[in-house]
Amino acid sequence: MSTAARSLARSLPRHLARRPAPLRASAPRPAPSIPAHTTSIRHGGTLPDRSASFTKPTEDHLKVIRGFLSSPTSLLSTIDGSASADDLAVYNDDWMNKYHGKGPIVVKPKTTEELSNVMKYCYDNNLAVVPQGGNTGLVGGSNPVHDEIILSTSNLNQIRSFDPVSGVLVADAGVILETADHYLAEQGFIFPLDLGAKGSCQIGGNVATNAGGLRLLRWGSLHGSVLGLEAVLPDGTIWNGLSTLRKDNTGFDLKQLFIGSEGTIGVITAISILCPRRPTAMNVAVFSLPSYEAVQKVFSEAKGSLGEILSAFEFWDKQSFSLVKHHMEEHLGGERKVFETEGEFYCLIETAGSNAEHDEEKLSNLLEHLMSNEMVLDGVLAQDQTQFSSLWSFRELLPEASGKAGSVYKYDLSVPVGKMYSLVERIRERLHQAGLLEGDGKKEGPIRAVIGYGHMGDGNLHINIVADKYKEEYEKVIEPYIYEIVAENNGSISAEHGLGVMKAPYIGYSKNDTSVEMMRKIKQIFDPKGLLNPYKYIV
Amino acid sequence: MRPTLPSLINVLVPVKRSIDYAVKIRIASDGKGVDTNVKHSMNPFDEIAVEEAIRLREKDPKLVTSITALSIGPAKAVDTIRTALAMGADSGIHITVPDNTVVEPISVAHAIKKVIEKNKYELVIMGKQAIDDDSGSTGGMLAGMLNWGQASFASKLQVGQEGKVQVTREIDGGLEVLEGKLPMIVTTDLRLNGENSYPLPAVAKRTLSADPTDSSEPRYASLPNIMKAKKKKIETLKPEDLGLDFTPRLETVSVSEPAKRTGGGKVENVDELVAKLKEAALL
Repeated sequence: MSTAARSLARSLPRHLARRPAPLRASAPRPAPSIPAHTTSIRHGGTLPDRSASFTKPTEDHLKVIRGFLSSPTSLLSTIDGSASADDLAVYNDDWMNKYHGKGPIVVKPKTTEELSNVMKYCYDNNLAVVPQGGNTGLVGGSNPVHDEIILSTSNLNQIRSFDPVSGVLVADAGVILETADHYLAEQGFIFPLDLGAKGSCQIGGNVATNAGGLRLLRWGSLHGSVLGLEAVLPDGTIWNGLSTLRKDNTGFDLKQLFIGSEGTIGVITAISILCPRRPTAMNVAVFSLPSYEAVQKVFSEAKGSLGEILSAFEFWDKQSFSLVKHHMEEHLGGERKVFETEGEFYCLIETAGSNAEHDEEKLSNLLEHLMSNEMVLDGVLAQDQTQFSSLWSFRELLPEASGKAGSVYKYDLSVPVGKMYSLVERIRERLHQAGLLEGDGKKEGPIRAVIGYGHMGDGNLHINIVADKYKEEYEKVIEPYIYEIVAENNGSISAEHGLGVMKAPYIGYSKNDTSVEMMRKIKQIFDPKGLLNPYKYIV
Repeated sequence: MRPTLPSLINVLVPVKRSIDYAVKIRIASDGKGVDTNVKHSMNPFDEIAVEEAIRLREKDPKLVTSITALSIGPAKAVDTIRTALAMGADSGIHITVPDNTVVEPISVAHAIKKVIEKNKYELVIMGKQAIDDDSGSTGGMLAGMLNWGQASFASKLQVGQEGKVQVTREIDGGLEVLEGKLPMIVTTDLRLNGENSYPLPAVAKRTLSADPTDSSEPRYASLPNIMKAKKKKIETLKPEDLGLDFTPRLETVSVSEPAKRTGGGKVENVDELVAKLKEAALL
């Protein structure tokens, strides 16, 4: 999410900020009747109680921690009054304003050594710690659940080196994604990851969550592009795994454990990543289509005729289009008309290559084919950079548009492409039956909109259910039903957003007991005390 | 100058292929120009001109009988003409020059004059300036050569019966309204395509201007129109065909970046700021 949008969200008066239903302990729900994979299912809306094995942070702890830090501004706390609760809200609250931690201490070390010293001290004194990057996560994974100490990578913000021959970038974990990309652009390279939050998210966090983003189709996953990591382990040990080698088969590939580990087995402090040459020719076209089947056909066609130059294929439904247009009218001064003929679905095709004529010819052939065979209702091709950005904004602004329209229940699912949209239809049906949704949604709610969009190229669907407020009643209708229908299709309940605190209880819907047990063992090896990012991920 | 009928205006829209508005400009290695190996697209002011011509026709289909897009440029300039055709222009004229040729405004004006003499046009709508050279002189020179009336920096254009034209111009003090008669030259400013138009795209708005009432939005090129445009005629001419000589009269001696601002230091945090202020005896 852009920093401008975040500060807009921050300026909401507290009494208007949405709060979840009061937390209370509840008995674990019985396991679902689909194949029994799971551990205790905990209703998502209730958060686990504070563990008695963690020490409560005090002023004494604060004094020692301060001793490790070179700069006094690296430490903020309500315990000694160096900060107020409001100052810490930006660290304690998540981007969606759904999760609100009560962490009294924020530490922002300036070097890996400082971070290691703080981590070691916390470990020796049984102080729970939650690592935090840009705090743009969508599953409450980077905020304290109770009073965990927030360990922020924000001040680890140096680009260490870049090799223009191999394209290998070595940088600190706290470098903002957009900053890294701008640096690379100067050299003619591109960061192999792009997502809506690029103005605020940090690359360490991106790696820790194995972020997917808008161009996974083209650049692949971080599991493939990250070459090495430097991380601080829960006991404070600094692990230097910062290789810049493209090929190195000497032992277990440890970095793969950390990629996507969501800060539970170590805090990533630096990464080395292989960056591709920046494409010099980019094109984007958006289409309106009559049905989901039509979108799939166009996707097939596009892959076939564009081949290696296809760099993104996104789709969204008419409800999404309606929501984002409304958002643009209300908050961004409106947007020029795109389509003469609107449709039930929309898709965006982007091409990226090194030769403009070659790409334009391929794209032109595809467009002609789509039009003459009536595979699309209407379409628009960007004629300049400004139009390129405008057309992308219809897709990129969807999360922001939802957030502004109400309290969002966000789901990020992976199922076979053919089945993707049926999930949206089923959840709408369920909300209709529960009497919460009327038609496509009403302004007053309870449910204002249910929108489906996503990275069709990766089989990844995002469902946003926009409600008038976060309410346990709504949550009970949606969860675990939505996870059940995903499991029915052998899908993933979290394609790219991760587990965090929101989906940790539901891992059983996507992973069997053997797998979960192996994961627990790994966590035990690195963090026997369980104090690094507790209550989340593998519980 | 010949009398014009109240309807059936032929509109000529010169369009220039220039470096894309969003590209970051870099000085060329020889220091005599800018790096042109970057994305090019239609000059934004010309895009507004094309849009305006199409809107004139949409407002009164009996008024405009044809819209012709004209470009003087290298082979790739044909893409710019195609964009105009995809927006709704009827046909194109491409005067070709070798790649990397600089065609000066006076030569452009001569060329447009020859085209007007060859075919007949009553109204020329063109951008007030090109964003690469910012000369802003072609429109005025052309009007002088043809001895036609001109209205520059137009933010509103109305063409009525009997060739009467009313143009609202943006000037330093505010807005000026001019009245004239066809044939005429009108050069476009940002706020043309105003009233009935769609506002600037959200993304461009945030970068281009702080004023949310800034408007002017050329339409997207729709697929059906892009397909139709492929069948529209583009006449290709060489400068010699029109008896034109584009030999430049000016020589660019050097191009350099503005001097970097010096002074000012960055501080890491408030404490450092306080320390520096104390050092400078300001605290």
